[in-house]
Amino acid sequence: MLGLRNIKTTMIAAALVAGTVATSPPATAQESIYVPLFTYRTGPFSGSGIYIAEGMRDYLEMLNQRDGGIGGVKLALEECETGYDTKKGLECYEAVKDKKPVVINPWSTGITLPLIPRAAVDKVPVLSMAYGLSAAAIGDTFPWIFNPPATYWDGASMILNYIGEKEGGIDKLKGKTIGYIYLDAGFGKEPIPLLEQLAKDYGYTLKLYPVAATEMQNQSSQWLNVRRDRPDYMIMYGWGALQPTAVKEAVKINYPMDKFVSIWWASEDDAAAGGPQSKGFKVLNWHAVGDNLPAIADIKKHVTDKNLTQTDKSHIGKVLYNRGIYNSMLIAEGIRNAQKLSGKKVITGEDMRRGLETLNIDAARYKEMGLEGFAGPVKLTCADHNGHFATYMQEWDGSKYVKVSGDLKASMDKVSPLMNAAAKEYTEKAGSWPKRTEACDKAS
Amino acid sequence: MDILYKIFIDPFMQMGGAPDLLVQTLWEGLVAGMLYALIALGFVLIFKASGVFNFAQGIMVVFAALTLVGVYDLLRGAGVPSGWLAAYLALAIALGVMGILAFAVERVVLRPLVNQPDIILFMATFGLTYFLIGFGEFVFGGNPKRMIAGELNLPSGAVEFKMAGGFVAMQKIDIAAVLIVSVMVAGLSFFFQRTRIGRALRAVADSHKAALSVGISLEQIWVVVWFAAGIVALTTGIMWGARSEVSFSLQIIALKALPVLILGGFTSIPGAIVGGLIIGIGEKLGEFYWGPLLGSGIESWLAYFIALLFLLFRPQGLFGEKIIERI
Repeated sequence: MLGLRNIKTTMIAAALVAGTVATSPPATAQESIYVPLFTYRTGPFSGSGIYIAEGMRDYLEMLNQRDGGIGGVKLALEECETGYDTKKGLECYEAVKDKKPVVINPWSTGITLPLIPRAAVDKVPVLSMAYGLSAAAIGDTFPWIFNPPATYWDGASMILNYIGEKEGGIDKLKGKTIGYIYLDAGFGKEPIPLLEQLAKDYGYTLKLYPVAATEMQNQSSQWLNVRRDRPDYMIMYGWGALQPTAVKEAVKINYPMDKFVSIWWASEDDAAAGGPQSKGFKVLNWHAVGDNLPAIADIKKHVTDKNLTQTDKSHIGKVLYNRGIYNSMLIAEGIRNAQKLSGKKVITGEDMRRGLETLNIDAARYKEMGLEGFAGPVKLTCADHNGHFATYMQEWDGSKYVKVSGDLKASMDKVSPLMNAAAKEYTEKAGSWPKRTEACDKAS
Repeated sequence: MDILYKIFIDPFMQMGGAPDLLVQTLWEGLVAGMLYALIALGFVLIFKASGVFNFAQGIMVVFAALTLVGVYDLLRGAGVPSGWLAAYLALAIALGVMGILAFAVERVVLRPLVNQPDIILFMATFGLTYFLIGFGEFVFGGNPKRMIAGELNLPSGAVEFKMAGGFVAMQKIDIAAVLIVSVMVAGLSFFFQRTRIGRALRAVADSHKAALSVGISLEQIWVVVWFAAGIVALTTGIMWGARSEVSFSLQIIALKALPVLILGGFTSIPGAIVGGLIIGIGEKLGEFYWGPLLGSGIESWLAYFIALLFLLFRPQGLFGEKIIERI
């Protein structure tokens, strides 16, 4: 008969074994393509991360359920929880890299940056969709990094162009004060060199309001400074709890919400946090919002209605859920391309790099995918891993976002020289940065 | 000379030039300070009773607030009409859950570790933290939630005063926070100074052995004090949650209590209050008037700087006693 101590020991051992099994990745069958998804459904940034994780996983799961994967090969999906923590993200990378992932989606600029030099060594492309290092758009220098459809620098330039348009011309920015409130981390700091350069070029005064991750819910000082400085416009690069708090604080100091513009990460929840007074808050976007698309109907039919997901059904069609779908659409198209180019069903990271580099998604292809009108065309090349595609401005009307602009393009005459200089500086700092040896495919 | 002017003259010129902004900054500092004090109070209560620095206090704030809004949603789902009835029922249940947590902590964590070194108890609170994070996420999910401030009849909107050509705006929820925290502190002070259990707690704080020898039940005191810390955590969660949202990022706010504790001492309730106010007002003034000189965003470390500066002159903290030991 077991003694109490033995029972306790046995139970602990059983729990440990059960825990090991529960946290083990799903067995990747011989005939499958391994796609790890770095997500954060927990922690301080889960408010943004959950939507993304849901959209990203549901789309790929839908392809598995509806089509049996891509090109007849199932996708082996595995989430790794990073908590938007760089250290945990790198642990996730170490945990998945030996399982032959075809692509890494870090979903954090902080995680992306240390992966940039590793990608070429480990032969795993990194897809940092509209985040990460802006200069990584230069494919000749960073052949393993892809960041379509626009960089953070493009976003900053687009917002300034939008403001210029509202003011009656970009020259009207002269003498204006533009405030920049941002997460004081790699992501938020990313556009500062461009904003500073454009301040010199356009003649506006730039005021910086950094918010440390520990102070995301405690921004009264920053907004007191805003009240004192009275910037003509406020630009926000926020994430997680920073965004709803900023909207609330802006409302609190009676900042004119129609002059408060965010990069593309603010969700409906973030805008709604300020109550009815947050009407007019503006956010960049490049894809449709809502669930009125055949592909999303398929997600409901094949995934959510069958309870094959943790997704909260009320999230479907929200801006960040659809952002997750967009990210996975790029992955899926990259895999399809790679299969065509390599002639293999089960592709490798190297094949995937070629597939991403030859992405060419036009209106007809969107229609075939059940995503007609979802977003603009995406065409990447060996030299350009981003595309610097247009976005549009959406405005919060109190209950939903409404499109309030036409296509917004970055001023590439301003952005490109800085991007080239930044890429050069990056490779010089790295010491011995390898020259590109990867061949270009014909489609590029 | 320019830098000296910017440090020693310009900020005071700004204060005189725009008194409305000075009053606004002081008000924001007062509100933040009261809320920091409330978090610090949770740490102090447990430290006084058991000598344990409760690392789990931050997650207790999140757990309490999530329980409140989670139970409210459950009640609505069960057919209880939205509004004050469901909100107050949820509040009562959340208090009950914090009571059960206190009991469970005493039974499962503290009792088996009696007479173990303090560091072991401290590490146990680490374990408790990660258990509560996982358990909270398992039960309530990671989605941020809206605090049911309106349903609890907490006020919304702002009161504005005109002042020297400008204005001072006070959010009604902040006024409520200051009042509630004041009442709570007064209540806790009365409880610990004037009641039998309070005196017993102070006896336990002075010496476990002496307290045991006069028949004071350590177990009972621990349950009471962890429950009191749970009530403090729930109040903190409601107030911070109403200012932002109820999410796991709230636990980071608890870090703000550390400089308050350094300043006020780990065992002094008045120390927590005065320390909270000094840190709250100090960091807001520092960030607003001197922050731009250092590129802004100095708030996160300024609190520690203020605390360390005080310690330079008063190493025992604000209300601590000088400990002189014969060697």
